[in-house]
Amino acid sequence: MRSRNVDEQKLEGLIANLLRAGVVLAAFVVLSGAVMYLGFHPRAHADYRTFHGEPDSLKTVHGVVRYAFSGHAMGIMQLGLLLLIATPIARVISSAAVFAVEGDRMYLLFTLLVLAVLLYSLFGSSLFV
Amino acid sequence: MNVIEFTFLVWTGSLVAGFLGALTGLGGGVVLVPLLTLFFKVDLRYAIGASLVSVIATSSGSAAAYVKEGFSNIRIGMFLEIATTIGALLGAFLTAKVPASALAIIFGVVLLYSAYVSRRTRPRTETPEPPDPLATKLKMNGTFPDTSGIRNYNVYRVPAGFGVMFGAGAISGLLGIGSGALKVVAMDQAMKIPFKVSTTTSNFMIGVTAAASAGVYLSRGYIDPGLAMPVMLGVLIGSLMGTRVLVKTQTKLLRLVFSTVIVLLGLEMVLKGLRGGF
Repeated sequence: MRSRNVDEQKLEGLIANLLRAGVVLAAFVVLSGAVMYLGFHPRAHADYRTFHGEPDSLKTVHGVVRYAFSGHAMGIMQLGLLLLIATPIARVISSAAVFAVEGDRMYLLFTLLVLAVLLYSLFGSSLFV
Repeated sequence: MNVIEFTFLVWTGSLVAGFLGALTGLGGGVVLVPLLTLFFKVDLRYAIGASLVSVIATSSGSAAAYVKEGFSNIRIGMFLEIATTIGALLGAFLTAKVPASALAIIFGVVLLYSAYVSRRTRPRTETPEPPDPLATKLKMNGTFPDTSGIRNYNVYRVPAGFGVMFGAGAISGLLGIGSGALKVVAMDQAMKIPFKVSTTTSNFMIGVTAAASAGVYLSRGYIDPGLAMPVMLGVLIGSLMGTRVLVKTQTKLLRLVFSTVIVLLGLEMVLKGLRGGF
């Protein structure tokens, strides 16, 4: 029991580093998009007074990825933000793996439930807007 | 204002908010939405979207440090995340149904409440109770490193904590904030989890909770990259700086100043909301 806890701590430490790496990667992608965005339209007018919503290319995972890889600054920044949103999801997946390895079925079930909510929000919620 | 000026000013404001939020432990997210809506005249929905993204950044960034120190309890966190994520999903759906002025009023009330919680001293009655059978069954009782070695703790009133967590998740999804104050109340007051464990576990849960509403916000078009970019980069850098300085400074006066700012922003949100200014 004791040594398993030590292993668990170690694994959690590894996951913690992954989390941090995810945030750093996301920030880097957002920053690269920002350089393009500010470089191309520095004198454009910034106005967020009224809500227009975003175009489809910035509203779905699929759309954002495609827009980013076609080299649009807005898409690259949004891709960075998506990577950031994915970081806690990756964290939940790793926790599921930890519980699976430990044979803790109850907590594996809890974790998969949380994962299902997260994936539904990201991929399924747009179906009901 | 052109894009360069706007980006720079929003970035600076977010940096200060993140710095003070980390330094005082009150979180930067709570002041971001008032800052964006009251000073930069940003629409409430865009502000909420940008704020939520920055909440994920600070939570994931700082949770890493706490997990290593062995304070956060992964099992308590994961179990309660069932409540917070479902709550957050519901809250995020409600954001589109509730009128902006009503959202602003709720936001103001939550700000005032956060300031109140941060000022209150916690009366901790350390009467030993027998271990809660449900908490034992859920394997929640744990240990954490203390100055005097490893300390054991028991967890109580799991259903009450679960209920408050659902509410905290709904508020987080509705307003795009971490709602750390409510999460700590659930764990600290209801479940009697030691303060060090409850604050760090709450911080680790905030990112997962926020991710549950982020998908809904994205598909609704609340997340604008041009606005979220300076907010996220500012808050992230600010809060990292705040955590570094945290150990060295006397934060009592700063907490007082910052919670006064939160009260004033809260009142302004309520008043402007009542006038229908959103």
